[in-house]
Amino acid sequence: MSGDGIRLLTPEGERVTHPEYGLDAGPEELRALYRDMALARRFDAEGVTLQRQGELGLWPSLLGQEAAQVGSVRALADGDHVFPSYREHAVALCRGLDPLVLLRLFRGVDHGAWDPDAHGFHLYTLVIGSQTLHATGYACGVAKDGSDAAVLAYFGDGATSQGDVAEAFNFAAVYDAPVVFFCQNNQWAISEPNARQTRVPLHQRAQGYGFPGVRVDGNDVLAVLAVTRAALEHVRSGRGPFLVEAFTYRMGAHTTSDDPTRYRDSAEVESWRAKDPLLRLERLLRREELADDAFFAEVTAEGEALAVRVREGVRSMPSPAPEELFDHVYAEAHGEVDRERAEFAAYQASFAEEG
Amino acid sequence: MTDNPQRYREFPMPDVGEGLQDAEIIRWLVATGDRVTDGQVVCEVETAKAAVELPIPYDGVVHELRFPEGTTVDVGTPIITVDTGTGTATEEPPRRTPVLVGYGAAPGPTARRIRRRPGTPATATAPPQLPLAKPPVRKFARDLGVDLAVVVPTGPRGDVTREDVRAAAQHPSPTEQLPLSDQPAPAPDETRVPVTGVRRATARAMVASAFTAPHVTEFVTVDVTRTMKLVRRLKGHPDMAGLRVGPLLLAARAFLVAVRRNPEVNASWDEERQEIVLKHRVNLGVAAATPRGLLVPAIEDADRLTLPELAAALGELTTAAREGRTPPAALRGSTVTLTNIGVFGVDTGTPILNPGESAILALGTIGPRPWVHRGKVVPRQVTTLALSFDHRLVDGDLGSRVLADTAALLHDPRLLLTRA
Repeated sequence: MSGDGIRLLTPEGERVTHPEYGLDAGPEELRALYRDMALARRFDAEGVTLQRQGELGLWPSLLGQEAAQVGSVRALADGDHVFPSYREHAVALCRGLDPLVLLRLFRGVDHGAWDPDAHGFHLYTLVIGSQTLHATGYACGVAKDGSDAAVLAYFGDGATSQGDVAEAFNFAAVYDAPVVFFCQNNQWAISEPNARQTRVPLHQRAQGYGFPGVRVDGNDVLAVLAVTRAALEHVRSGRGPFLVEAFTYRMGAHTTSDDPTRYRDSAEVESWRAKDPLLRLERLLRREELADDAFFAEVTAEGEALAVRVREGVRSMPSPAPEELFDHVYAEAHGEVDRERAEFAAYQASFAEEG
Repeated sequence: MTDNPQRYREFPMPDVGEGLQDAEIIRWLVATGDRVTDGQVVCEVETAKAAVELPIPYDGVVHELRFPEGTTVDVGTPIITVDTGTGTATEEPPRRTPVLVGYGAAPGPTARRIRRRPGTPATATAPPQLPLAKPPVRKFARDLGVDLAVVVPTGPRGDVTREDVRAAAQHPSPTEQLPLSDQPAPAPDETRVPVTGVRRATARAMVASAFTAPHVTEFVTVDVTRTMKLVRRLKGHPDMAGLRVGPLLLAARAFLVAVRRNPEVNASWDEERQEIVLKHRVNLGVAAATPRGLLVPAIEDADRLTLPELAAALGELTTAAREGRTPPAALRGSTVTLTNIGVFGVDTGTPILNPGESAILALGTIGPRPWVHRGKVVPRQVTTLALSFDHRLVDGDLGSRVLADTAALLHDPRLLLTRA
């Protein structure tokens, strides 16, 4: 095992075995994993472009973390529930969320308004780490309901310094909550390196709370899938939570407001470029002749079509009517809100026509 | 976005951070005539936060690069025009372009929507204007028999100071010197003040200026925190020992550098000969509230003075003006003027040109205001500069450059070293 964690596929695209974790994936599944990652990467690049064109307020790029996200989300069953942070775009796509619904949040058209139950995908959480508590509470509820559903909570290495994450770990442990804590350790909490987050490898934190934790090569989609499947099986069996540390790298900026060249070394970035998650799966597919040029061309074309749909959809996204701000204060009609809506409408109507 | 197809599409500077106001164009990667496609990176810009690449949102041919490299452009200002080859070619007037999800919009005429319902009547009876003065000053004036209403206030809030009262007592205004019999009988509810001396000269000059020189006034609000820091440092510097160092000094220096960089503004209009007279010397007039009224004494060749020399000249000028001993020679020959209306606590104004000059800069009050600095709203020392210029010989381009240069120098006074 390398320092990068449990690995089933080397950066050169060669399969390796692991004594505890294995994956029996056929050609179809391998191609699907590649397609998921490629579409997510293309969608993500379009997010960056749209922000640079003034169409989005902000975009946190997932570039480099495709395998960590796709491998983990593809381990889930339909009834499972995901609690993402704000960078889990590949997870969102794989859960079936319309990318344009996701982009409404980053355009400021709404505050994140998809139905979490529709795809078992909770709203993005921009507060660092607090979703691990929500996930723990949800998982406790799932267990009380007697359901065999599991919960997957995503967070980053920076979040591990938050008290919320420590509380979530402890609560989940003592109540045997069926939750997998999935930490994408992308080495940088904005401009703070990993060495400023922890003295011990992050996956070892779980020991102190009394549940298992492992590190997986986060750029190896096969290993991530295998490890997350095992973790989900563990939590479903009533044995309490499980921590997966996906060791990966944020190739881009923290968000479009950030300039990573100011705090990190280009040599470091290049060393991780050699471990690219898509490239190693492509090498495997080609080496074992599981996919041909036509397949890769088709995936590229599909990505371009997705980019065009996203681009046009964002540019034509209408701004919400001002009155809509009253619509989701309460689930049902509420007298005080109705009064305020009427007062606001009267105020709006009090203006002369613009001309 | 394609509802109303236009042939020429402008790409406004986006807010690539969160709440940035402007960005500097570092490098253009395309040139006029180049074919571009939607999403293609066309330039690199640098903001307070990051250096980033900008992708163009149109397919077409580059029609115009609106700014050269090295220009700092406000968010929302179009930076490049693309000929999309389709749609109507009619030239549209510049319009107000919202910055989409960025912050604010391109600067332009702001029309506030008008409320339909009438509010409270706008014309309320103004309360009688009592001169501002602290109680001891009021008593001092009463003791000396000075009417506060005729004292020219020079206090920081436009209030009458003890010195003002003393000066007024020593140089009684012409009003009091006229025999009462020469005055028409005043109505019981009004006081008639004869117009003489400086007041009459000022009135004539202002009328002559306002109704012959077509005035344009432009404004810029600028973060002068660095200038204020520099002022604090200079105050303790041995080179400036015994000299008065304040924001006015640096404003004067910045304005002088701006005038030197744009020498065509240092000129006057000769109506008779139909000629523009370019002045080779820069004499800085400084508007001063004096016991006699508004005076504009000048500092000759102010642009050639070192900072300590300029500080000494400004100090002497203001002291002399305040004490009412400005030599008549100093009241002639200014070529550009600076007025510090900020001392009265006001934000800005539309100054009227000193006759025979083409530019006058008004320095507004400087104080902490919420300001977007490095992407965050923080308290910054901010002021507003107003520049009026004679539009017969100074075009908007030239006037704007003088004002923008001055503002840039006050925003970052280090430029005084590079641009002087």
